[in-house]
Amino acid sequence: MTSSPTLEFEDIADAPVLRVRGQLVIAHLEDALTLFEATTTDAATLQIDLDGLEALDTSGAWLIATLRARLEAQGVAVTLVDASQNRAALVQTVQAALLADDNIEQPPQGVVAMLARVGAATASGGASVISLLSFLGEVLSRFVYCVVRPRRWRTAALVSQMQETGFNAIPIVVLMSFLIGVVLSFQGASQLRQFGAEVFVVDLIAISILRELGILLTSIIVAGRSGSAFTASIGSMKVREELDAMRTLGLDPIEVLVLPRVIALVIMLPILGFIANVSGLLGGALMSWAELGVSPSMFVTRLQENTDVWHLAIGMIKAPFFAAIIGVVSCWQAMQVKGSADSVGRRTTTSVVQAIFLVILADAVFSIFFSEMGV
Amino acid sequence: MTDQPKREAVIEVRGLVNQFGSQVVHDQLDLDVWKGEVLGIVGGSGTGKSVLLRTIVGLNRPAAGSIRVLGIDVLHGTREERLQAERQWGVAFQDGALFSSLTVLQNVMAPMREHLSLSPALMKALGALKVSLVGLPPLACGKLPSELSGGMRKRASLARALALDPAIVFLDEPTAGLDPIGAAAYDELIGELKRTLGLTVFMVTHDLDSLYAICDRIAVLAEKRVLVEGPIESMTEVDHPWVQEYFTGPRARAAQLKT
Repeated sequence: MTSSPTLEFEDIADAPVLRVRGQLVIAHLEDALTLFEATTTDAATLQIDLDGLEALDTSGAWLIATLRARLEAQGVAVTLVDASQNRAALVQTVQAALLADDNIEQPPQGVVAMLARVGAATASGGASVISLLSFLGEVLSRFVYCVVRPRRWRTAALVSQMQETGFNAIPIVVLMSFLIGVVLSFQGASQLRQFGAEVFVVDLIAISILRELGILLTSIIVAGRSGSAFTASIGSMKVREELDAMRTLGLDPIEVLVLPRVIALVIMLPILGFIANVSGLLGGALMSWAELGVSPSMFVTRLQENTDVWHLAIGMIKAPFFAAIIGVVSCWQAMQVKGSADSVGRRTTTSVVQAIFLVILADAVFSIFFSEMGV
Repeated sequence: MTDQPKREAVIEVRGLVNQFGSQVVHDQLDLDVWKGEVLGIVGGSGTGKSVLLRTIVGLNRPAAGSIRVLGIDVLHGTREERLQAERQWGVAFQDGALFSSLTVLQNVMAPMREHLSLSPALMKALGALKVSLVGLPPLACGKLPSELSGGMRKRASLARALALDPAIVFLDEPTAGLDPIGAAAYDELIGELKRTLGLTVFMVTHDLDSLYAICDRIAVLAEKRVLVEGPIESMTEVDHPWVQEYFTGPRARAAQLKT
């Protein structure tokens, strides 16, 4: 279909001519490259004849221009022969562009660069802790500012966020918690049966769900569900310069975007946690009935007699703190988005991982605190 | 100019109908683009200039009509035929549409990597050449699109469009948002590429300076079709209120004086 290029070298003693024929285009570049790299001359002048070419594009012109540059560096005077002038002009254009592209930045490599990267990562880790704390401070100060000025509350945004992060999450939270109750009851029963202590399964389920699992697992689901949504939506607004536009209009992004989300979570997470508790107990009770023959009325009686209300309270106390952690971390990560769509994706992942990690860390701190307090 | 006998149409649009819901954007639109010309598409807002461009390059499926690019039916052809056509054109979008996670050089190399089997070193050299050809400094090669200014992004986008040495280049508002010096340099670049490479350029633009400086022909979109087409000098004689206002307005006169 197309003819690959050939080079004809006419070695006339004082005026050698290099005739280029065929199609010197990008499709044949690899073949032509070896031909061109092998071309040298000892003469003082060389004519490159372009008239035999069927087609020439910028990559072909690049070959000719690099050849010419190489020969001229050796002291050979190169002239282009081209009846139509267009091709010579193209080679000239390309050659002019060539001169500039010798000093492309190369990323540094080696041990020093690796040490520098480790250092930079450590420093940025420290800086991001400070940045998170300062963001938290900013959110709190805005919150206080808005509390004393109820006119500035964004009720519509708050309610829609409550629906999105809270109400719409109820089915998944109920299902998850119910299954956890079932699993706990099933596993607990098979262990406790060995000691004839089946009835203690009620305490096991009640304490573990009310005190820890209900709220912790709800937080993890909400972090994956709503935290990621916060980061992605605010982050892509940042990429599209919407946040900058807000600032120029005198709107504060923290007040308009961050506060409704964080407050909605702080209100809704305890409610979701409570729903999770109820559904977890329900699942546990159902399984105990089926597996151990603990009747629902017996389950309720034991629950009332043996489970201190503090277990429920401790779970509920933790909920708003977890909510604040998820909300602040995900919005803070959104503010760290820079430039590209890729950055939004990376920040969203980081946001979920950090939120879950910090929630579990906070849970551990709460455990130590409450056990020291003796409740 | 229009009655030259030996002209070869690289893009033939026949009976194109584009419709979004009940809103008809194009109705029985016909358009020819000749080999080696710079065609400027003008029209008021909402006359479907960008839709026409998107339809030709296959991003928008029309309700009816046929489009042939370089003799290939891009609407009804096989996948292989379409691919063959796609290798022959380059598109530079309005705000660049560069891949944001790749550097400028990687952006330019992306189509080469996809369509050609070249060694990485050769691709890098060619990519750097394209970047330099469109007038970007070598430093720009390693930068991410978000680190570039708007004008530089447009140039980088053109470099990517030129990566495969296409026969046709589609430009969507190439000089919008550039400073006058940058815009003039961009025009000059397009003109030079057209001369030296025999490039056909399909350009949606509002820049009267570009229209006067480099466009061989103008096609005016109005009333859901190509209302008139021809060299820019003939536009002032068209008896249509919008065309009259466009080509005899104060800005048009100023642009005309410059050339």
